[in-house]
Parts: sequence; C-alpha cells; structure tokens
Amino acid sequence: MTPTEQEIERLEAKAQAIRETILEMLIEAGSGHTAGPLGLADIFAAFYFHILAHDPKNPGWDGRDRLVLSNGHIVPVRYAAMAHAGYFPLEECKTLRKFGSRLQGHPERTRLPGLETTSGPLGEGLSQAAAMAYGLRMDGKNNRIYCIMGDGEQDEGEVWEAVMWAGKQRLGNLTAVIDRNNIQIDGMTEDVMPLESLRAKYEAFNWHVLEVNGNDIRAFIETVDEAKAIYEKPTLVIAHTIPGKGVTEIEFDYRWHGAPPGGGPEDVWPKKEQGREMLKELRSLRGRLPHEYA
Amino acid sequence: MLNPEAHLCDQLFADDIERAPTRDGFGTGTVEAGTTDSNVLVLCADLSESTRAEWFEKEFPERFIEVGIGEQNMAALGSGFAAVGKVPFIASYAAFNPGRNYEQIRTTIALNRANVKVCGMHAGVSVGPDGATHQMLEDLGLMRMLPGMMVIAPGDAVEAKKAVIAAARYEGPVYLRFGRAATPVFTTTETPFTIGAALPLRDAATPQAALLSTGSLSYAALEAAKLLADEGVETSVLHVPTIKPLDTAAILAAATKAGRAVTVEEHQIAGGFGSAVAEVLSIERPLPLLRLGIKDEFGQSGAPDELLAHYGLSASGIAESVRAFVRA
Repeated sequence: MTPTEQEIERLEAKAQAIRETILEMLIEAGSGHTAGPLGLADIFAAFYFHILAHDPKNPGWDGRDRLVLSNGHIVPVRYAAMAHAGYFPLEECKTLRKFGSRLQGHPERTRLPGLETTSGPLGEGLSQAAAMAYGLRMDGKNNRIYCIMGDGEQDEGEVWEAVMWAGKQRLGNLTAVIDRNNIQIDGMTEDVMPLESLRAKYEAFNWHVLEVNGNDIRAFIETVDEAKAIYEKPTLVIAHTIPGKGVTEIEFDYRWHGAPPGGGPEDVWPKKEQGREMLKELRSLRGRLPHEYA
Repeated sequence: MLNPEAHLCDQLFADDIERAPTRDGFGTGTVEAGTTDSNVLVLCADLSESTRAEWFEKEFPERFIEVGIGEQNMAALGSGFAAVGKVPFIASYAAFNPGRNYEQIRTTIALNRANVKVCGMHAGVSVGPDGATHQMLEDLGLMRMLPGMMVIAPGDAVEAKKAVIAAARYEGPVYLRFGRAATPVFTTTETPFTIGAALPLRDAATPQAALLSTGSLSYAALEAAKLLADEGVETSVLHVPTIKPLDTAAILAAATKAGRAVTVEEHQIAGGFGSAVAEVLSIERPLPLLRLGIKDEFGQSGAPDELLAHYGLSASGIAESVRAFVRA
C-alpha cells in the first residue's frame, strides 16, 4: 500500500533522528563505521517504522518478520533504529563498543534481543536468511525474511553459494537488499573488485531484481512491496545509496567507510572538530536553518 | 580385566568381530533422531552416499537438504535453520566441515550459540587412498578451541548412533567426528553412553600405564592392552568419546592409579585429545605422559591399516610405544 504523504514525512523525521543518534554514538565510541550507517538511515527508518511486522516489547514474537543484517559493521544504524522503535532506551546507544555493553562493535544475537543473528565477518547473512525462509516455509508460516548486505560484501564467495541455493529453492518469502553505495575500505568497489553487472548476475542465478534510490523512502517502500508480489523467486533490491548521506562533506568519500567522526581524513575539518561539525550540519539541515535545532 | 559394566561385545578379540564404519552410526542415528523429532534436518554438500546422509534422505526426503558443494553456505544455512527452531545436522568430510568452513562455524554457530550439529566424516588417516588432502587431522583441535562447542569422537558405529541421538536432544552446538573405514564394533546397545562421560574398558590391580583413547582407536588401545598383558605389562584402558567437556575425574582417576598415562588418537598430537589430557594432567596431577597420534605431519595415500601401522597407531604399534614408555 502506497504510504501517505504524512507517513513519508513521519518516516523522514525518523531517518533524521536515526542519523543524529548514529553520529552521537560514534562520537562517544571513538571508533566505528560512519558512511554506511548514515547512508542506510532511510532504509532502516522504512523497515522499523513501516515495513516490518515486529514487536519491540516482544522481540522473540513468532509472527515477526526477520531482518538479518549481513554486513554487521553498519550495525550502529540498526541499534539507532531499534532504540527509536523502543527495543531499548535511547540512552543505551551511548554504550556502543564499550566494555559491558549489549551494543557490541559488531552485533551479537545472544547479547541483545531482536538482532536475529551474529554478524560482522562478511558473506554469511544471506545463507542464514535463506535457511530461515526455507524453514518457515516448511512450517507453513508467512513471515517475510529480509537480508541487508553491503556491496563490497559481494566479493565474498559464500554470498554466491547462498545466491545459488536461494535461487534453487525459489524462496519467494526472501527479499535481499544490497546497499549499493559503491565504496569499500580500500576504495571504490569497481576498482577494488568490479561487481557489475550485479543485476545480470543475480538474474542469472534465478532471482528477481529491482533497483531503487535507497535514500528515497517512498520509492524504497514501494519497491519492497513489489518484491512481496513475486512468489516464484527470491527478490534482490539493489538500493543505490549515498555513503555518508546527510553530511555533505563526507558523502561519497570512501575514506569515511571505516572512520568515526574524530578519526576521519582532515581535509575538511581537523579531527577534534569533526564530531561537532558533522552534527551541526545534520541539525541545521545542511545549513538551511540558521541555527541547529536542539 | 574387562569392565563388566561396559557390556562390550562377546566376540571382542575374535577375528570375525563385526566391523562397521562410524559413519553408519550417523546414518542410523539421524534416522532415529528424525523419527522422534520432526525438527531434525540433515544437510549435505554433495556427499550423501558416503556420509550416509542418504539413509535419512530415504526416510525423510522433505527434511533432507542438498546444498551442493558449498560447505561455507551449509554451515551458515545450519545457523539459519536453527534460528527458526530446526535441529540441523550438517554433514561433509571433516577436511571441509570444519576444515573449509571454520569461520562460518565460529561466527554463525559457536558465537551465535546456534543449535547446529557439525558432522565431520572421513576424519583421520584411515580415509586411506584419498591421501593427505582428505585426511583431516586438525578438526578436534579446531572445534575444541571454540567456546561452547561440544566435541564427540565416537568409538564405533553403535556408539556413534547413540552420540547422534544424544546430540539431537542436547540444545547447543556440537561437533561429531566420524570415520570412513569399517572398524570393530566393540560396544553393544547395552553399553552406557552419556555425553561428557568416559567409559572404562579395562582395569588392572596395579596398572603400569593408563591408556586414554578416543574415537575408533580405542579398540586398538584395548588390543594393545591385551598384547601387553600377555607379556606381563598391566595397563588400564579408558575410552573417552567426549573430548569436550572432558571427563577430567575419570582421566585423573585412571592416570593417578597407574602413575603414567598414554593418549591415543587419530589426530595431530598438538591441539587435540592428547593436548586436552595434557592440559588437565599438567595442572591437576603432573605425571609422565606419552601422546600417540600424528606428530606434526600430513598423511598420505595407502590402505587404512597400513597407514595406522605406519604412524604407530596399530595395536602392536601402540603396545610397542607403551612398552618402551613404562620401562623408561
């Protein structure tokens, strides 16, 4: 169902709040990935506040849809979205990557309810999501399974083992999303290890492939709806996103893939000013507001 | 004397003792576990005949999952199935499972505490002619190091079946090790099997060494003890199918009584069963210890018995090492 204009505005506000929380978490943690989580804030707002059937007060609810995060390094965006959705207090976000925290640097299912699996080492999420889809289908359940992967992650061989297997099993209840932001740690994906044509590759493995602007919440929701209508195949959504989205100076810059505010390249701001400047840009809506909103 | 409570087979030292590969116990065990629990699944990576996964496939075709030659995917699929309440047994040769997919097992099964049973087939040099690439000798070490991973190397096909059924009932990750060669079935359906419990096979009033063994070599250890007894060297034999958690009480009791211990395994002596025993003894009760197994080398092609003899793991090879050890 096409979301109303009002609903889209609500989701965009959620995405903005998620971005702020991500920056605050990373500034506090002093380490972690910046570009990917910012780029995915719109998609996570769409999932947690519109697409998923879930219950933050009962994370183990049988009827829930499963959201498997394969590229675990971008987990700050998931933690931020979960906190805003009510899985745990927003305050707890400040514990990211700290000793004793449930918010581990890479997500661990056994520590925090609602994570579905443990991830970080790349290439493993799609296999798990595919098995969940198969297992739930065996039991006649209608839950949907989503798996978010990175584009650089497609370098991993296991991804293609899983793509082949999910295609073989015609898992119509499985939707994978690739965050196509074109960067990975060592540079642009097409320089490090060319991936294109991703569409042709997945189609050749018996998947249905859709492409969308991953920073357009309405378009993303409509695309995921379209994927639900494909019964005979798993669907891949190639979501084109802008890494670092929301902070103009770092957008598209692969050097911010694995760096936190305060640890990134210094050609725009010195390290000690990075956190403050990035939050300022976000809170003034890229300078369109004369003052940061509180 | 033999331990009557072990209920070992009547034909124990007969030439025509029944022989069967431990992998047969995987086949029969999964069928029985699958009969009592409809959540039991078997996943296989293009080796359904030789792993005996096809026995399960025949009974429960809808719960047999063929994944093709992709052991990394198979391990993480196992994790995903466990996440929706299934009890997956993932089977391939130990060289690939856990050899190829160690990190998938580490992250998606062990760290994730997924209820997956990792089944390594064709372990050890007794695979025979296939040679070193397929003779997994490091799997016990790899799996033993993972926090929360239970590790079991059954002694024969009958015990293997019991181990599979027990693993299905246990909630948590388990590694089970099986062999290809037909080996003596020295236990019976009456023989007790409990996860984590060692089984005394033979004792003596004043043993000069305690033979501690795991996997199908426990039979060779028992034969070695008989050979040694015939020449007046008394030893005890403790069969230790569960390597983790280790039955430290039974190991300490046997080793303390004899004053010296010998470990026997079809695995590298570094990292595996012998190392596990050495860790316990060195802390709890330091005493002379001899570790028999593969000594920092790869295997090679040959007939199973020929290879075991070459590496000093036949009954006579074990007896010879023990003889020298107790006289030292």
